[in-house]
Amino acid sequence: MKIAVCIKRVPDSETRVKIASDGKSLDEAGVKFILNPYDEFAVEEALRRKEQAGAGEVVVVALGPAAAQETIRTALAMGADRGVLLQVDRIPADGLEAAKALAAELEGGGYDLILFGKMAIDDYNHQVGPMVAELLDLPCVTTVAHLEIAGARGTAEREVEGGVEVVEFTLPAVLTTDKGLNEPRYPALKGIMAAKKKPLDTKPTTVGQGGLEILALMPPPVRKDGKIVGEGAAAVPELVRLLREEAKVL
Amino acid sequence: MSGVLAVLEQRDGALRKVSHEVVTGARRLGDALGGTVDALVLAAGAVGGSADQLGAFGADKVITLTHAAFARYAPEGYSRAIAEHVRAGGYRAVVFAASATGKDLAPRVAARLGVPLAQDVTDVGVESGAVTVVRPVYAGKALLKLKLAASPALVSLRPNVFTPVQRPKAGVAESAAAAVPGGGGGGGGGRVTVREVKAAQAGALDVAEAPIVVSGGRGLKEPANFKILEELAGAFGGTAAVGASRAVVDAGWRPHADQVGQTGKTVSPTLYIAVGISGAIQHLAGMRTAKVIVAINKDKDAPIFKVADYGIVGDLFEVVPKLTDEIRKLHG
Repeated sequence: MKIAVCIKRVPDSETRVKIASDGKSLDEAGVKFILNPYDEFAVEEALRRKEQAGAGEVVVVALGPAAAQETIRTALAMGADRGVLLQVDRIPADGLEAAKALAAELEGGGYDLILFGKMAIDDYNHQVGPMVAELLDLPCVTTVAHLEIAGARGTAEREVEGGVEVVEFTLPAVLTTDKGLNEPRYPALKGIMAAKKKPLDTKPTTVGQGGLEILALMPPPVRKDGKIVGEGAAAVPELVRLLREEAKVL
Repeated sequence: MSGVLAVLEQRDGALRKVSHEVVTGARRLGDALGGTVDALVLAAGAVGGSADQLGAFGADKVITLTHAAFARYAPEGYSRAIAEHVRAGGYRAVVFAASATGKDLAPRVAARLGVPLAQDVTDVGVESGAVTVVRPVYAGKALLKLKLAASPALVSLRPNVFTPVQRPKAGVAESAAAAVPGGGGGGGGGRVTVREVKAAQAGALDVAEAPIVVSGGRGLKEPANFKILEELAGAFGGTAAVGASRAVVDAGWRPHADQVGQTGKTVSPTLYIAVGISGAIQHLAGMRTAKVIVAINKDKDAPIFKVADYGIVGDLFEVVPKLTDEIRKLHG
């Protein structure tokens, strides 16, 4: 089983968001970066599939700045075999441009599976995986929460509103992973040491501007100060009155 | 061309509510661009009553593309048929729902057309002739305003944000139907087929789409206590769903499908009632676009009170049953 996992370096979800002086981007000073949490499910799934098959290779691919080497090392410490960094100064706002760069790298790689996290927790773009699938003309299932593979066929389950979709697909395929698919492992010290010696290929990459232009990054609207209606069950009638008469939601 | 295409959703031959929101968003863009709005639905056969309903929300024309394989979502068949329809129609913008289906479908169509996509937007507009959107990023801690410098501009709308607006001049929209040709290469499932949709509990609303969400966290103390939240949700007479924080989902008390937050669902209900939830940033990411937030928590310093419009400090096991009684009184 040869599996590619596309990963992204993202700010930790606990990050305090400070907008940079250009008014269009995150001020990265002091920000801690991590492996995108949804990508951890993808890395874990790739490792398990390879372990079950008893042979194969797990290749992690990241589009990002030089510092994303560290993110790739995290995946290598989990157990991936080698990494590829498509090095760019800045990840384009347009997901299709990111998809084009990744597809160019993956094309002809002979992968049985290409895995992504279902979305990145920084830009919430929610699109690069299925776009890569289209560009490579591969079958694709997104937000996979359960997966079975037998030979060249797979069955995946994905949550939809009010139910679960059971999707059959053929390999090779592109899948994006959701929470619930597995429990990602923590890199062990041995893995962290081993990761330092694993191959990591850095390729300077040019990405197009794309058709999405950032006009502004803004703080969310300030919710007007809430009020504590009162304490305990005695406050409930007043709450209901406010919901009816002031908020008008009942 | 300045037309806008609204891509609708049906399940079991009936339009899903989010379709009205998509038409409403498309109409807003259509008005700003000075164009007409076509509503497109893919189905195995006729979708009942849709033209009249959709006319009221702003569709000028309802187009049904039929194929035997379109009864359920067929990722490859749908994306192919929509991309072809968009190419032929020369639309200026295409609007999807950012539902489970829409978020899967829109990127495929965008890649086929070679144009950018903005997913899960909470606002749309037109500035100097270009479509602009606003989307929450960084767990809702910031909003990104983008210009889509391409035609067509593809966007998907966050559910429950674009409140359907019935127009005063409610007209019956023109309707048209076309069969998508062929077996294998046409509309058919091809390499990816939805075999079945296992329905959740009958009649249960999905947290992502319910107008009212009652969510519980660790403060509920044990799984059986979610019964009091189910009773509260039930008091709203079929308009409320029960959600859960990550902590209780990870503990196995509630299914992941109910989880609200960064690694769960993003919800924008009219009313969100957080019960026994402290309000970690990852939870806020999933519900801060709710119109009205109520928090019930025994800790007056819980962060949830910072985003709540109304709070009650107290023992949820006393407050919630009282609230259920009061809501029942309202709903008679």
